[in-house]
Formats: sequence, structure tokens, C-alpha cells
Amino acid sequence: MKRTDDFETRREHLKDLSDAELESRFWNLIDEMIDPLLKLGYENTTPAIERSVLLRMGFSSIEAKSLVEGCMEHNLMEHGAGNVVYRFAKKHQTDIRTAGLKLIETDAWAEAESLFGGENA
Amino acid sequence: MSEYKLEKDVKIDVAKILEDLEHYRPRRRGWTWREPVPHLEMGPFTYSDASKPLKDSVGLPPAHYFGDIDPQPIPVITTEIASGRFEDDIRRMRMAAHHGADHIMVIRTAGQSHFDGLIEGTPQGIGGVPVTRKQVRAQRKALDMIEDEVGRPINYHSYVSGVAGPDIAVMFAEEGVNGAHQDPQYNVIYRNINMVRSFVDACESKRIMAWADMAQIDGAHNANATARDAWKVMPELMVQHGINALISYKVGMKKENICLSTVPPTATPGPCIHMDLPYAVALRDLFKGYRMRAQMNTKYIEASTREATVTHVLNMVISKLTSADIQSTITPDEGRNVPWHIYNIEACDTAKQALIGMDGLMEMVELKKDGYLKEKARELKERAVLFLENMKELGGYFNSVEEGFFVDSGMFPERNGDGISRKIDGGIGVGTVFKRAKDYCAPVTAHYGYNNVAQYDPEAVSDPSKLIGGCTFECPDKIQYIDELDETDNVYLRMDEVKDYAGPNAKLIKPEMEWLADGTVMLTMFFPTDVRHAEAAALEVGKRMNLNDCEVINREIMQRAEGTRIEMKGKVGFSINMNDLVLPTVPDVLSDEELWDAIDKKPMRIVAGTIGDDEHSVGLREILNIKHGGIEKYGIECIYLGTSVPPEKLVQAAIETNADAMLASCIISHDDIHYKNIAKVDRIAREMGVRDKLMFVAGGTQVTDEGAREAGADVGFGRGSHGCHVATFLVKERARREQQNAR
Repeated sequence: MKRTDDFETRREHLKDLSDAELESRFWNLIDEMIDPLLKLGYENTTPAIERSVLLRMGFSSIEAKSLVEGCMEHNLMEHGAGNVVYRFAKKHQTDIRTAGLKLIETDAWAEAESLFGGENA
Repeated sequence: MSEYKLEKDVKIDVAKILEDLEHYRPRRRGWTWREPVPHLEMGPFTYSDASKPLKDSVGLPPAHYFGDIDPQPIPVITTEIASGRFEDDIRRMRMAAHHGADHIMVIRTAGQSHFDGLIEGTPQGIGGVPVTRKQVRAQRKALDMIEDEVGRPINYHSYVSGVAGPDIAVMFAEEGVNGAHQDPQYNVIYRNINMVRSFVDACESKRIMAWADMAQIDGAHNANATARDAWKVMPELMVQHGINALISYKVGMKKENICLSTVPPTATPGPCIHMDLPYAVALRDLFKGYRMRAQMNTKYIEASTREATVTHVLNMVISKLTSADIQSTITPDEGRNVPWHIYNIEACDTAKQALIGMDGLMEMVELKKDGYLKEKARELKERAVLFLENMKELGGYFNSVEEGFFVDSGMFPERNGDGISRKIDGGIGVGTVFKRAKDYCAPVTAHYGYNNVAQYDPEAVSDPSKLIGGCTFECPDKIQYIDELDETDNVYLRMDEVKDYAGPNAKLIKPEMEWLADGTVMLTMFFPTDVRHAEAAALEVGKRMNLNDCEVINREIMQRAEGTRIEMKGKVGFSINMNDLVLPTVPDVLSDEELWDAIDKKPMRIVAGTIGDDEHSVGLREILNIKHGGIEKYGIECIYLGTSVPPEKLVQAAIETNADAMLASCIISHDDIHYKNIAKVDRIAREMGVRDKLMFVAGGTQVTDEGAREAGADVGFGRGSHGCHVATFLVKERARREQQNAR
């Protein structure tokens, strides 16, 4: 889209605002702009986020990647990859790391799937 | 842990840094600002805007006039170091720290932002460094030692962006990285990463960075560097800063860790301060409480390092007139190659010099509160508000990006229709955003968003990692360290290739600009011809000097026909054995007390003059004059004969005044006239039978000790000589002669 500089006509409603009013208008608009973006962040997850969760749970980057790929293939992302490993560990009564490695090595994804119902938030 | 420590006069041993990295733990987390010291007294001066001095550093070249002081300005000073080989960068980091850098930024290798996960090991990079856990750990470990040496914390910094932002944020938090670039808009606009993915990832990354108390720098400055006319994106820049700043704040970062990356958008020959200052004022009005990372202009940088330096100094005038919490530096050679060691150092010195030079400026001047400055700043803020209103009309951020709203070359509300447009359902990583289910859970610290921890333990809601007995943030021993993955591309192979040049006991040496033993040299030449001939002539010079890979890196016209300045790089094909080097003896200097004592016990008189047809007197006056620390200071009586003194007059004056010594200065040097005049003084003194009882000292910028002695003087003093050197010679030589005569 092309448009010539119509600043003088566009600013009519701004020109009488005080500096403080103009600045608060700026921040209110920014706030409105980012609100839906923060909501997206609140309600969603991604492979990178889940890998970062697994890193924090004590997996290497290679293991984290493999676990997240498994979760994506088996539609488990919505529960959280960390959560999948956590439930798997509880089920097998092992520590987190052993559980995660076992999940990869034994390809126990069907079992992992069975641990979740999949009801939406 | 290894016991390796840095020693002041010994090169860092990178091989030692790499040892035992598996067990290294960072000593702290979080960002550190400098400590201001009001009314700091250093040498003969009092500073208004200086920070705590360093324990060890390299001062600006004239510092020796003022007792070798090295005052440090208040802003943190950034330098970007990323040559592609992180092992070589470690040495550069030490040099930069000694020149005043306390924010070391590592640029990532090309393509890392599209790498879906962490890179591991130590592969070589292109235009930057592959940022990996091992590389980060090695550099942070080296910086721990370097910061102890200089006596100031050093902030280490890289990038939390691309499709692996949260992964990298976690690794940085674990490894004690102190600052990072994080701005989802950068992913969207410049890396074409899907916008939904970018913002969702950013929330997590920012929450992790907040936990680690890292400083964040946004990506807005890239619009300056990308837009056709950099100054026309000013309204948009404020919007970009606002979006990233407020998201960060709402996700949990504290305002004082949120830094706006701001660049004075214009450069000379534009009237840059006139255009850039209102923008700087508007930005600081709008973003109170946030921090300013003042970056230097890169958009208009050319191959002239002098020109770039002046632009950067003008940028720092803006920093000084407004504010800068972090003063970033751009190496002046950025316009011609991947930065070299010496230019990182130049950039740090430029920042230190300019900011200290402007110390206390704002006690004397203030920015006008009315007129052009105020009106222009107001206009820019209004344009930014109009930009946001238009975004709102379009339905918000995503729609506006689709519409090509950003990096349009029109000064908003003007639009030229050349902005960067991205699709909400396009870009790298599209389709990888998953809605969290009701039972979604992440049993870790610093996780953003919906997290159903209560399903397992209601008491763990405020501390989700309690579910797993603590995550790596609480229990660093849980971190999985990967050493190397690629047997054909790693630091050990690279270091092995140059092992004869490496470490404190290297046998061989080569000139170096970027990497150890790269052999690179730069020649500066003037050719009395036009650019094309000059360039060809330069390459021919390189060929005949046996330089390899010659490339002209800068050309400047003096006058189209009369001449061209050329800078050319090339590589030498040989090494120098350190053991074969012959080092000139270090001049021995008696202490002031010893000199005073010797002259007090037995006075001394000298005659001095600039001999031949030479009207220069500055050098000799510095050697004599008490004001310049000359030999008068020790009580030596000086009879100064002036300039253009004929040799016979110097000898005669010495006889008439019963002097102990003659000092002859000969500065102008063509056709070896200076040595001819020295020989003449010697001959006349011999003819008159007084040479044995008169000490004869020759000096001048072109004089060498060897040459002067050969011509007949007892000693020669060249460039860099001071009164103490001459006085030491006179006192020692007199004692030697007395001893000889006594035998």
C-alpha cells in the first residue's frame, strides 16, 4: 500500500493532547496490541518450549529433541513433553531421566499415549 | 576443578581453559552495571561521570602524561567478538577487557537461527560463532579469570532468537550468560520465522531470562540497518521497542533489565545530530524506567575506518546529551571485513575516549525545552501513536505484518509499499504451535503460561519443579554436558594445526588479525595516480613483497588525478622463530632520587642546541625543560643555545662555560645530514683537544643509538626518549669516566 504523508490531517485528534496524555495513549495502544500475543503464549506450546522443559528436567539437547519428536508424532504435545515423561516415570516408578531414556530406547509411545485422555483446556 | 590461573604478563593458555569444562559451574547469574564514583579523583583530575577504576588495564595513548590513569565512564561498554573460532576470540576478549569492555557479545554463525535445537560441540562458524554449551562454558570460564584480572565483572552475551529460543535461553541461564538479544519481531521480520511460533516461544524465553536476571536487548535497531532511508523508520522503531518492552515486562522481566537497542539513524554527510537528537529525546521521554543500549550506526558505514570512527563519536555525543546505560561499539572495520582484533580494541578505546572526554558535559549545557528539538520529538511520538492506531484498525499485530506495515521506507503515515510482509500461516516453523490441554504440565522452574501442576500436587503450584525434586536451575548437576559431536570439525583439530604458535611458550609467531597465525598484514599506501591505477599498483606491490591473497580493502581519492590512498590486506607465507629475534636492550633508568642525589653531590653543567640549519626546538626543550620532566629537574644546569647552532659554536660554548657535556639535537633528516652534523661536532671537539673531557649526547626523532655512536657521539637518543634517560646516561657516563681516570 502506498500513501502520501497525511500527518497534518491525521494528527488532528492528537495535537491538543498533553505530552503525558500522548505518552499514555501510546502505552495503552501497545498494551492492546500485545494482549492477544501474551494470550497465545499462555495457551500454547511449541517444540522449542517443550525441548526447553526437557533440558531443565535433565535431558541433553539430543535426548530432548528425540522426546519432543516422539510427542509430536504421537499427538502428545498438548499435554507437554515434560508431563509425558513425568507420568511415564510415575508409572514405572523410576527417576525422570531413566524414564525419558527408556521411552526413547524402548519406543514406548503407545504406552505413553495411554497415560493421557486428551481433553482440551 | 583445574588450578589454572592467569598471570599478568603471560598469554592465556586456551588449552587449559578447555580442560575439565565438564565440571565448570558459573560463579554468578545476572547482569552487572558499573559502579559510579561521584567526584572520582585520578591523577591531576576530578571526574563527574566516571565509574570504579580497574585493577589492571591499558589506558589511552596519552595516559602516561597523567600518571598512567585510565578513567572508566559509567555506561557499560559493549564489544562484539565472534570471528568464527571461539578459541581465538578468548584472547581478543582479554584484550578488549583491558581496554574497557565489560559486555562481550558473541554473534552467532550464519544460519543458527534456523537450527531447530541446540548446536553442540565446537564447529567453526561463518560470520559468527556456532553458539553451543561447550563454547559458552569455555568463554564464560575464561571471562571469570579475565574479570578477576581487570577487577570488574564482565557481562557475557549472545542471542535468544530463532526457532530454538527457549532451548538457548535455558542453556544460557544454566551457563551464567548475563545478557541476550530477545525480540520475536526480529524472528518474524528478518528471519521469516512463523509469527505465532515466534511470540509463543518468546514468552517462554523471556520468562527464563527473567529468572536468570539477564539483561535483554531488543532487535529494533535492525530496522535502521534494513530500511532504505534509515531515518524514516523512527516512528515504527518506537512501536517495535514498545511491543517488545511491554511483553517482556508483563512476562516478568524487571524494567531495568529491559534495554532498548537504539541507533542514531542518520550519518554524515547528513546533518545527523540535528536529525538524530530529537529521536533520542522522544525515545527517552516515552520509555522512562527502561534502559538504553546505545548502538552505533552501521547502516552507512563504509570502508574508511576514520570515517566510521567519527560517525561513532558523533553517536556518542547523542548518548552523552541524552543517556546511555550500555554504550555499544561497532568496529570501524565492519564496513570491509569480519572485525579484526585491533579494531575491536580501537572501538572500545573510541567509546572510552569520547565518553571520558565529555565527562561533566551536562553540568554545563542542557537541551532546549522548546523550539525545534521539542517540536520534532513531539512529532515523532505522534507519528508512533498514529502507527499504532493504524495497526489497531487493521486488526492488530499479525494483520499489520501481513499488510507489510514494518520497515516501509515511508516516514509514517507516509507509506511506500515496500515494507516486509509475512504471512500468519507461513514462515519457518509454521504449524508447530500446539494448544495446551487441560492436563498440560511442565514440572520446571521459570515456565510461562498455563501449567496444571495442581493435578499432581497442589503444594507445588508455586514451585513446579518440586514435582521432580528440582530442575537444572536448582540442581545444576542435572545438566547434561555434551563435549564434541563432530570428529572432523572441532576446536582440537583447529588448535592442533597452529599448535606451534599457541600458548605462553609458542616458538613461532606470525602477524595476526583474526585467527592465530593467519599471517594477515595490512599495508597503507599512497599512489600519485587515479583509483584504478592505484589499486592495480597496490596489488603489484603485494605480489613483489611476496604477500598472498592480496585484496584492496579501502580506497580514498585525494584528488582524482593526483593521488589515491590505498589500504590492502595480504598474508605472509613465513613464520618467525621467537628465539631468533634480537631484542634491543631496555634502557636502564635511574630513579629520580638517585639522579637528584648524584647531581646534588656533584653538580653538572651542559650546553645544548639544535645543530645545523634546523629551527626545531620542541624535542630538545622537552629533554631539558623542568616543565616537561627534562634534565633540569634533577638540578643539571642547562645552557640552551637555541636552534640552527653551528657545530663549532656548540663546542666553543662548552669550552667557555666549562661544561661537562654537549647535547646536540638534530631532528630534520634528509641525506643523513643529522649524522654528518654529529660527526662534525665530534671532529671539531677532537681538533680543539676537548673531546675526552666532554660527554657528547646526540638526539632526535630520526636518530638511533647505533647511528649516533657510529657518527662520533657517545650516545644517541631517538623517538620516545625522555629527560630521565638522558640524565641517567650523563650520571653513569660521568661516573664511568671518573673511575677510568682514577685507574
